[in-house]
Amino acid sequence: MSALLEVRNVSKAFGGVVANRDISLRVPRGKIVGLIGPNGSGKTTLFSSIVGYHPVDSGSIAFEGREITRLRVPEIARLGLLRTFQQTRIYGKMNCIQNMQISVPQAGASVVEMFSRFAPEVTEEAEALLDFVGLHSKRFLRAGDLSFGQQKLLEFAMALMNQPQMLLLDEPTAGINPTLINGLIERLQRANADLGITLLVIEHNMRVIMNLAEHIYCLAHGELLADGAPAELQKDKRVIDAYLGAH
Amino acid sequence: MDNIQVLLQAPVFNLQLLIDGLLIGAIFALAAYGMALVWGVMNVINIAQGEFVMLGGYVTVYLSLAGMHPLLTIPVAFVALFVLGWVLYRGVIFRVVDKDLFISILATFGLSILLQQLANELFGADVRTAESGLDTVFLAGGTVTVAQIKLVAFAAAIVLGFALMLFLKNSRLGQAIRATAQNARAARILGIDTDRVYATTYALNAAICGAAGALVAMTWIIHPYLGLTYTVRAFMIVIVAGLGNLLGIIFSGAGLGISEQYAGFVLGAEFQTAFLFSLLVVILVVRNLSLKRKRKYLK
Amino acid sequence: MNDGTIRGALYVVVASIGLVAPMLFPDYTIQLAFLWLMVLFALTWDILGGQMGYNSFGNILFFGLGCYVTAVLQRDTELGFFVSLAAGMGLSVVVAVAAAAILGPLILAMRGHYFAICTLGLGIAVADIFAGWDYVGAGSGIVPRLYPGDVADRNYFYYYLLFALAVAAFVTLRVLYRSRFGLAINAIRDDEDKAEAMGIHTTRYKVAAWMVAAFFLGLAGGPVAGLVGFVDPRDLAFAGPTFGVWMVLMAILGGKGTLWGPVIGAVIFHITQEVFWTYFLGWQRVMLGLLIVLIVVFFPMGIMGWLRENRPQWFGEVVRGTAEAKAGERAA
Repeated sequence: MSALLEVRNVSKAFGGVVANRDISLRVPRGKIVGLIGPNGSGKTTLFSSIVGYHPVDSGSIAFEGREITRLRVPEIARLGLLRTFQQTRIYGKMNCIQNMQISVPQAGASVVEMFSRFAPEVTEEAEALLDFVGLHSKRFLRAGDLSFGQQKLLEFAMALMNQPQMLLLDEPTAGINPTLINGLIERLQRANADLGITLLVIEHNMRVIMNLAEHIYCLAHGELLADGAPAELQKDKRVIDAYLGAH
Repeated sequence: MDNIQVLLQAPVFNLQLLIDGLLIGAIFALAAYGMALVWGVMNVINIAQGEFVMLGGYVTVYLSLAGMHPLLTIPVAFVALFVLGWVLYRGVIFRVVDKDLFISILATFGLSILLQQLANELFGADVRTAESGLDTVFLAGGTVTVAQIKLVAFAAAIVLGFALMLFLKNSRLGQAIRATAQNARAARILGIDTDRVYATTYALNAAICGAAGALVAMTWIIHPYLGLTYTVRAFMIVIVAGLGNLLGIIFSGAGLGISEQYAGFVLGAEFQTAFLFSLLVVILVVRNLSLKRKRKYLK
Repeated sequence: MNDGTIRGALYVVVASIGLVAPMLFPDYTIQLAFLWLMVLFALTWDILGGQMGYNSFGNILFFGLGCYVTAVLQRDTELGFFVSLAAGMGLSVVVAVAAAAILGPLILAMRGHYFAICTLGLGIAVADIFAGWDYVGAGSGIVPRLYPGDVADRNYFYYYLLFALAVAAFVTLRVLYRSRFGLAINAIRDDEDKAEAMGIHTTRYKVAAWMVAAFFLGLAGGPVAGLVGFVDPRDLAFAGPTFGVWMVLMAILGGKGTLWGPVIGAVIFHITQEVFWTYFLGWQRVMLGLLIVLIVVFFPMGIMGWLRENRPQWFGEVVRGTAEAKAGERAA
């Protein structure tokens, strides 16, 4: 059974610093997979490699059975593989509805579509998704005026609007008020269960990722340290040592 | 295009072009060094760079008309433009240092237009030069001529460049400048008055351009509108050589000077500036394309 | 009275003024014609500069192509005046838009200040090339076909032509900015990397934006050449240091990134410029340089930007923390 996302022996170095060395992982369709590791272990770099933000030094990446190693970011995004950013990125000067509208799937847009107004269905869906993340009452506010947590929710809603097959989430709960984290987790699970979106999630919050993910990969010093079910990894001495700094 | 034939049949003409190119290239490199300094330290691309060169040239022109020997005007141009640079920093530049780069480009572009038109009103649009009274050297049996003043100017440019490099490396202020360039916030925390550093850097850059302008007035000609050409030359050299690369700047300066001479000879004088600006476009496009392969872009 | 009525009334007022102005002030017809040219310049610059975040110093390229293509076609064909003008303008559009389509992918691939400086170089390079190219008259330029009528009629003709072009540009942009295209270029402005990461065809939209600007700039070239009576490569067609810079300034003065901003900026700038010319003559360019510095340093948000900050309710915008926002949240 081939996975939705297949990363094989990917390595990436910046100058003399090896950020990823020989990393392999698989994300089966419809599952939620976690990516953990101490700071500087190369998690975000791996994400960037996968979505084509920079070329990889070696290895291959396949999405839906198709080689995407040499494709560019917009092309990969149009295939249905999206990522969110650690420092949340939204379109600051536009309001929430507009942020959502422009996040509509872009594959196969004809010239006529480029210059037409958005269909009412698009706006309806935008409002529905904003409601889903709890931002409906703020939909006419400028995105740049939202609080950090609200921007994170908007970014998530925009990703959903794009109808991706798979979403790479970079620390979705970072900087969020602890009381709101459960709400966010619940929405992630609903996106996965109801909309069928496969998730690969970088997380530092152990409680969150151990409950959310079905399978977890742990990176340390740019290499794959261990992988397995959450329960196994929690007891894995290597993982514990990596976080506590023992060598 | 029969000029190319001339170059092929009488190789000695190449020597003329090479020498002229090299000599003026040193002056280009000087202006580029100053631009790289301001860019690296303050993150400001100074579009008025060429105007500083132009004004330095006018200092020389007028002082030499008043009787001063042109070579002696170099330090005067240096000081005069230092003052102007300082004043402009305090008046305008300090307000745009921490804004986004486009604001500073527009602001210095506005300054460039202001200074250019001011010069046009005050000095007239005619082309000027400053007589140095030095001889011409003849090489290769009389077919290659090199005005001695050009050799002197070349030497002066090299000396100035080295003096600047030594200043930056060894003096306290120079080190403060370099520290600010690397990390302004850290420099501030460590007690360096970054505003002072910025003012000094900008003024120093103006002074260098002023001295370069003095050399230009002596060896070639100046007029109110030559500013933009020098700005573009300095910018191109910095782009090709990279911000911290002094040796690269020298070689790029020489390369640019020589290419311009060839372009002027082969295409005709009226296309020399067209060549210069086209080269700018080509260099930027090529640079960007090669970065695109690595999925980056010029930042 | 709601927004729609106010806006409608505004359009009627401006359109009426535009239609009757040359009859009220016949001595100023040429200056008024240039006013509409300035409006067109500012609007087309703002597509890239204000809406998309790509500050171009080289848009004059397309205008200059328009001037030359029309003048050359008029020179080299035996068609009647109006036919040759129409054909010239038509061909100008084709050439200008083609230039944008070809250069776009290369030049719009650059960002920020590199794009700005590259377009600056492009504009000047083309000016210098045309100034040395004998086929188009080199430094002596071209004299376009003369309007078959007296001076007053000629001025009226070109006035209304330029007015029509400015209106057409405004209306087109109004429609475009409300479409997917408008949001796409705004997204590119706000965060181009994010736009790419969301799958937006950024290159397509960027080049399309430049083609739209080229379209109207190319169209305007022929009429202006006819009005001025002489196509000079550096002073008219590819007048970077004047028109090319003014485009930027007018849009910023009025408020870039808005539809009315460039219009307001163009009007204020043009009037100021005429005043400078009358009272300062030789020093008008110096004053202009000073004006650029002052606006950029002290007033970069422009008039519309200033209004938006201080009177957000005029724009139907809701600001967080205000009574309207809280009421909106409770109601929703």
